[in-house]
Amino acid sequence: MELTVGPSQFFWPADFWTGFYQDLTQSPVDRVVIGELVCSKRLPFYQDRIPDAISALIEAGKQVSLTSLALITLKRERKLTAELAEMGVTVEVNDLTALAHLPKGCAFTVGPLVNVYNEGTLNWLAARGANRVCLPPELPLESVEALTRVANDLDIAIEVWGHGRLPLAISGRCYHARLHGRTKDNCQFACEDDPDGLEVLTGDGRPFMAMNGVQTLSDSYACTDHQIDQLRWVGVSALRLSPQSKGFAKLCILYRQRLDQTLPQGGVAKAITTEDPALRLSDGFLTGACGADWSGTS
Amino acid sequence: MSDPHITIPHCPAPLAAALRLVPLAPLSLSLTVFARKIARTSPGLFQRLGEYRQTDFVLDPVDLPIVLCLNPNDGRPKVTLTRGRGKGVARISGPLAALLGLVHGAFDGDALFFSRDLVVEGDTGAALALRNAVDDAELDLAQEAARLSGPFARPVQQLIALAERQTGLCLTRPEDAVVW
Amino acid sequence: MVMEIVCPAGTPAALRAAVKAGAHTVYCGFNDETNARNFPGLNFNRSEMRDAVSFAHQHGSKVLVAINTFPRAGDEAIWHSAVADAETCGADAVILADLGLLDHTARTHPGLRRHLSVQAAAANADVINFYADTFGVKRVVLPRVLSVPEIAAINAETEVETEVFVFGGLCVMAEGRCSLSSYATGLSPNMNGVCSPASHVDYSEDQGVLDARLGGYLIHRVDKGEPAPYPTLCKGCFTAGSQTGHLFEDPVSLNAEQLIPQLQKAGVTALKIEGRQRSKSYVAQVVRNFRAAVDALEAGRPMPEGMLARLSEGQAMTTGAYKKTWR
Repeated sequence: MELTVGPSQFFWPADFWTGFYQDLTQSPVDRVVIGELVCSKRLPFYQDRIPDAISALIEAGKQVSLTSLALITLKRERKLTAELAEMGVTVEVNDLTALAHLPKGCAFTVGPLVNVYNEGTLNWLAARGANRVCLPPELPLESVEALTRVANDLDIAIEVWGHGRLPLAISGRCYHARLHGRTKDNCQFACEDDPDGLEVLTGDGRPFMAMNGVQTLSDSYACTDHQIDQLRWVGVSALRLSPQSKGFAKLCILYRQRLDQTLPQGGVAKAITTEDPALRLSDGFLTGACGADWSGTS
Repeated sequence: MSDPHITIPHCPAPLAAALRLVPLAPLSLSLTVFARKIARTSPGLFQRLGEYRQTDFVLDPVDLPIVLCLNPNDGRPKVTLTRGRGKGVARISGPLAALLGLVHGAFDGDALFFSRDLVVEGDTGAALALRNAVDDAELDLAQEAARLSGPFARPVQQLIALAERQTGLCLTRPEDAVVW
Repeated sequence: MVMEIVCPAGTPAALRAAVKAGAHTVYCGFNDETNARNFPGLNFNRSEMRDAVSFAHQHGSKVLVAINTFPRAGDEAIWHSAVADAETCGADAVILADLGLLDHTARTHPGLRRHLSVQAAAANADVINFYADTFGVKRVVLPRVLSVPEIAAINAETEVETEVFVFGGLCVMAEGRCSLSSYATGLSPNMNGVCSPASHVDYSEDQGVLDARLGGYLIHRVDKGEPAPYPTLCKGCFTAGSQTGHLFEDPVSLNAEQLIPQLQKAGVTALKIEGRQRSKSYVAQVVRNFRAAVDALEAGRPMPEGMLARLSEGQAMTTGAYKKTWR
């Protein structure tokens, strides 16, 4: 099984962003999806850094693709989307608008924010040119298995959300701006203060979600440590690791070791929670009663 | 109900007081017969309850000293009146007028709930199923009662007539539907 | 042309109430997981659907069947038969969201009119035209993230009819792109047709203070006498940083009644009312109000004042994303 690094969901300062992708050239991952997924207003701050990062990653032997935005509404965003295909790397579609702009027959990959729930959708995407699909994180293992079986016949590689805060929702409204009493158009980039999202607690103080501008994430970090063997067995090609601001290089190594079976089941989770005992993990979408469930014991 | 700030009437004290003295066993039996009659004319109601066809519901008119326990019993409903809290997996409480208004489609359950005229406890899914099933059944309790005959007819008819007279509660469907 | 009022019906009785109250069109779903209001006690079995369509047609109203969840891998046949049965029942259109199901319907039921559900979250003219070119979609229900000028811009760039929500519950997230509910309860709008399901709701009242939990998470705590909103996740009261409140959305309900003239100018074809889970009494009142409003607009009379506050969650209203400051 391979490791794919998904696009960063967060707003990081340009230098930090550059350093992150520089580090990835040295990490044991096979593929990197780069670009802005969440909010088009962030893009001007680091857009000029993207071509160099792509070159460095390709030079380091990584496959690279470029993500579309998750929700495309504005004229400016439609123009950005239309230009994606001209960057010379594969486009990862995270809003079907991107597909409307790709020339027919042009190969593309499909990200976790496109609703691929069944064989019919997979078949249609394959016929249109998809060669890789990262399944939506909310799918249970049974669906992953059923879809992987079909994907193998269609020559589509299947990826599963392997690690990181789960993208639970996207909105037209910016919650960071709302929290600061601003509108989205005058957000003053409040989300930059929270490089891994801002924790959202319930009325009785229980961590529940994390806000990230127009996106809502899970509080918990999804972790497939306990499902890796099943995922491999059903034919999943790659795990997707979602960037976080701290300890990501180490995380990539842990998952590589786990895939290479030099780390036993539970080893990844143990290393993570030893480092940060307050961190909450989840794998309930795959095998639990609800997404927030965690099958490991702490 | 075009007035957005409608107030739900409460049952007047004399009726509530009268119920404190009435023996409940015969009344329960009469209401069971009544409910079974409704079951025969509205079989769809029980189909709609789906997985809650055998669920114990408690309907609690907060302005009366009794509660009504209902088990749909898969189309052969059982009704028991008691003076305690009653036992059930789902409880719907509110003024008698609100509960009856729901049955007759005069009020919207969600609206009563938002305004806290109605309170749901226990299995909310069950309460919702009952609300939806009843809403679809287009019941008219007064008309159904008038059609009753036999030994159990009188107690139910008297009860409904009394309630209607004393309170002006909504005991018939107020729908323009009737003339439409 | 009079703007089309598209009304919800969770039960046959609600459908009849909507038609009698003047609905041009009613939308409803089958009683299974194929539609996004798969709530206990709601929806239509096959014979009820057939009767409902013929009742509506006799009175000059149309019926749209929502088959707008995403078929489960391995079980697509359930969704395929829903589409086939909608056609057999005489439905005027089906409302779909899933790519695979759109493709299936376009190929195997070419004569059945296809609308794109809000669950597809098609939020710009490019993607709307893509659905039209690829699957022959004739109408799109716009996601509730767009402002009125944005809706006008979309209509200027597409031949596809647009339908917008004007009243009822308000999703603050892009629909069809939200798994908050399954994160907390295991059941989601996309897969199961439910959001914040009643089966996972727990209310407890203690000395007038009402706690509403969903999947064990405390979503609301309200004092005696305060309105009691249903514990919908995105409208809960949470804490982030130093702030506590309704961080995502207040427990308000959408009411764009007063924006109807602007929506008409923006080229909108149909006005949609949310609430298949609401009672026939609600449906009848809302439909009468909106029918009066579009009739007044058509006759050049002033818009009637709204009277619908009590029917709304928390009894407060918003015009949502239609006004840009909402964002």
